[in-house]
Amino acid sequence: MIKVDEKGFYGKFGGAYIPEMLHPNIEELRDNYEQIVATSEFQEEFQSLLRDFVGRPTPLYFAKRMSEKYGAKIYFKREDLCHTGAHKVNNTVGQIILAKKLGKKRIIAETGAGQHGVATATVCALMGMDCTIYMGALDIQRQRPNVERMKILGAKVVPATSGSQTLKDATNEAMRQWINNPVDTHYIIGSVVGPHPYPEMVARFQSVISEEIKKQLLEKEGTENPDIVIACVGGGSNAAGAFYHYYNVPEVRLIAAEAAGLGISSGKSAATTALGTSGILHGSKTLLMQTEDGQVIEPHSISAGLDYPGIGPVHAHLFDIGRGEFVAVEDEDAMKAGIELSRMEGIIPAIETAHAIHALNMITYKKDDIIVINLSGRGDKDLDTYIKWGGY
Amino acid sequence: MNRIHTLFQNKKERALSIYFTAGFPALEDTLPTMQAIEEAGADIIEIGVPYSDPIADGPTIQDSNMIALENGMSLKKLFEQIKDMRQTVSIPVVLMGYLNPIIQYGMEAFLQKCKEVGVDGLILPDLPMQQYLDEFKEMFDQYGLSNTFLISPQTSESRIREIDENSNGFIYMVSSHSITGAKTGISEEQISYFKRVQDMNLKNPRLIGFGISDAETFTTASKYGNGAIIGSAFIKVVKDSKNLNADIKSYIQSVIQ
Repeated sequence: MIKVDEKGFYGKFGGAYIPEMLHPNIEELRDNYEQIVATSEFQEEFQSLLRDFVGRPTPLYFAKRMSEKYGAKIYFKREDLCHTGAHKVNNTVGQIILAKKLGKKRIIAETGAGQHGVATATVCALMGMDCTIYMGALDIQRQRPNVERMKILGAKVVPATSGSQTLKDATNEAMRQWINNPVDTHYIIGSVVGPHPYPEMVARFQSVISEEIKKQLLEKEGTENPDIVIACVGGGSNAAGAFYHYYNVPEVRLIAAEAAGLGISSGKSAATTALGTSGILHGSKTLLMQTEDGQVIEPHSISAGLDYPGIGPVHAHLFDIGRGEFVAVEDEDAMKAGIELSRMEGIIPAIETAHAIHALNMITYKKDDIIVINLSGRGDKDLDTYIKWGGY
Repeated sequence: MNRIHTLFQNKKERALSIYFTAGFPALEDTLPTMQAIEEAGADIIEIGVPYSDPIADGPTIQDSNMIALENGMSLKKLFEQIKDMRQTVSIPVVLMGYLNPIIQYGMEAFLQKCKEVGVDGLILPDLPMQQYLDEFKEMFDQYGLSNTFLISPQTSESRIREIDENSNGFIYMVSSHSITGAKTGISEEQISYFKRVQDMNLKNPRLIGFGISDAETFTTASKYGNGAIIGSAFIKVVKDSKNLNADIKSYIQSVIQ
């Protein structure tokens, strides 16, 4: 049974390894979130925003041409059609309502590709809340359009200039700023990472993805359960959402596509389960890429959203117990898969999402297996990267 | 009884603890820095074990951590550097470090090594109290090492009591809502927090840290606690120092006057 325990652990992974300065914030969240989320008042507001603001349910689309090519029934869960262009907004809508109920006045968040930053800036604009986004200085350069979107939405974007200047460093910086502003500020973490209760809370807000897949698949195929679900994993929020209602349905295979960067053994990779060992990062025990001395290794991926040295504790657990199958997709293969999806189905995916598409080439399946791929985001933000790569 | 207990038995006020980053500014500065801190008249040495992702630290200590790591600093290297420290250093020595490098070293091996070289206590900011009690307390006791927890203005009275109950050594009072090196000076609001904790009559001595940088802030903090901890301000002194020994001495003496 895959379920978080009361101390925030999934098997060996999880917990809340935080400086004492953050203890009151985490305690406040832990003691209140389940109760608040369970109220009908919260649920009504959450569901109505998911429907009317985000545009849910998102379609479950049968990809005819790719199904023919791969010899399987391939469906895409179209999270790329969510308002703001990715699944990230499911979580930010949930957390902003929660923040309001907790009486918070200010929101901070980290972002990698900028999708979570945009989704956070968007809900802050919606609720009239002050918003500051921490983003690695390198990511600010490679995700320019998203930076401008956040600014248009009224958020302040602050560069994180330490370390590799990517998602890990943005997360460090957001945590520091939370320590500096503990009373009136809520930190909207964008992935299933961080101290308990964040991983489970974010997964629950994202679980609407698999909840809808079940209903939609029942209509289309007469079964709630596909044979295979595929999602890309950086921290792992879209994967957690797509897997959530299938965690404990063993006949559904769960495939997680990590970013291999230039190759697992190239030294320029972000394939956490392939290269990582157990350790503590951003407040939870999980698998992370680190040196023998316990220093975190700077990751590399062409996709900013997967450029993270760790992985959510629930995914570390899925890997550990063999419930999840993890594949590592190289930059070049992901880019080509992005082009293939564009040409065959008319959908330009986010480069994160393109990793999940390429996973089709790395797994075994039977003819006519039903495969659901979570199309976590659209490629608008990645045009610069596609252009620079140029292989189309 | 370790050196920390002895210190606070004899010195109830104006205890000065100096934090520095091991292997900074140069790799082999660790031991000379410790010797200079003792000679200058400070009471406790806190050795910072550098980490790639120090989430409770501001830019000054972040930078010193990065430079130390680039210099080749590691826990293994640190234990080599301080293996004979007790021949020249007699005041209490505390290691302060984030949990991950210690877990990779192995907690038990780490504690054993600490005891072997003469370390007296530990400050592990991202080891929560519950985890400490569940997993590690017995080991700490077995090796006779003190563990210090942090409290902040937000820590509730009941939790402060619980921390006091489970501490042996001293309590590290974070002076404000902040990471290290973020603020200087001491406000009215902070003083009322200091007084509130002072009035709780805790069994452990209290050292106030974060925002302490000179004689004035040291003296103010010492009024409400048993002393204070200086970190970022000290790192700034050694960072560009041309004469480490002389600069450390003149800085510490200017603080304790």
